[in-house]
Amino acid sequence: MSAEDDLQYAEQTAMIKRRFDPVMTEPIPARLYMKSPPWIDYARAAAVLAVGIAIGLAIPELRPAPGPAAVAMAQLPIRAARAHLVYSPEVRHPVEVDAKQQDHLVKWLSKRLDVSLKVPVLTQEGFELLGGRLLPGNDGPVAQFMYQDAAGKRLTLYVTRTKKSEEKLTSFRFAKEGSVSVFYWIDEECGYALSGEVDKTTLAKVASLVYKQLES
Amino acid sequence: MDFELIVPYIPNLRRYARALVGGRDGADDLVQDTLERAVRKFHLWKPGDLRAWLFSIMHNVFVNQLKSRRIVASVEIDEETIAAHVPTVTGTDVMDLERALGKLAPEQREVVLLVALEDMSYADVSRALGIPIGTVMSRLSRGRERLKRVMDGEQPRAELRVVQ
Repeated sequence: MSAEDDLQYAEQTAMIKRRFDPVMTEPIPARLYMKSPPWIDYARAAAVLAVGIAIGLAIPELRPAPGPAAVAMAQLPIRAARAHLVYSPEVRHPVEVDAKQQDHLVKWLSKRLDVSLKVPVLTQEGFELLGGRLLPGNDGPVAQFMYQDAAGKRLTLYVTRTKKSEEKLTSFRFAKEGSVSVFYWIDEECGYALSGEVDKTTLAKVASLVYKQLES
Repeated sequence: MDFELIVPYIPNLRRYARALVGGRDGADDLVQDTLERAVRKFHLWKPGDLRAWLFSIMHNVFVNQLKSRRIVASVEIDEETIAAHVPTVTGTDVMDLERALGKLAPEQREVVLLVALEDMSYADVSRALGIPIGTVMSRLSRGRERLKRVMDGEQPRAELRVVQ
């Protein structure tokens, strides 16, 4: 292949990228992950099956396995951190509904999660609400609220509905998932996780503010 | 086992599907079928390159769709998409590129696009499409050559481009 060919193919690649890269930042149509309960259910069934098999293989005699609450609790910061990593870098579509329609946002997400949601005001720590979106969780819909400070740093608050029979109240906990710091806790109705690629001290201040406002 | 492992790859799958089949709806159908299959088959995934595995599933779904002729092997232009990207790409480029891609054989188009969009190595493409590395290389060079010729053949259109 000649050097001229190399150059032409590099241009060809650049043209293909230029044309199709914008697809990457388009909002993902809801039907790809929300309106298809059958295969979300497949995912859950597969997860349950895999865990069942793993437990069956690993524990010859039946020992008390960690309760569902413990499992859900352990997953909360991981899920929140992943959701943070997926959506917080979004330039054009960080949220589905922006803060200008805050009333609609809160009503919509409250309805989907079947709980009366409150949106914390974090202005005193320098963060303004950008908006929110609905996400698929393992046990139904999850709400994500996104905040941004003047420097463009973003925090997300991930809210899941908990099952009363399964979840125990917890105090504040901290987890680090890769580059993302997460403070999380569970109250009577919901699990909350505040995530950000910020230091623990900063995040702790904001998290305690969120906690105070939600639990008051 | 976990849908959330797959979610971060959805934008990549959508980008590739859009280039592969053209219009937005057909492309998202392909993505949706791929996701459903990936979730059903997730237990078969051996921890490793999840991206290559997802693209191999998309390849299988695409081939099945071609067989059942659900996808006409030509690229349609989605007007909304073009309108959205006019600021970065001239309309003429878009028309030329999408039409030219539609004129490649599907198996050449797959290789050209995986290399261009996903920066896949020959080995990655070989795994994703389930073909030998030698076949990857020959399809890539034939696909690129054909794409170049088709685009060159349409060059007169370039003279109609508005100079800004």
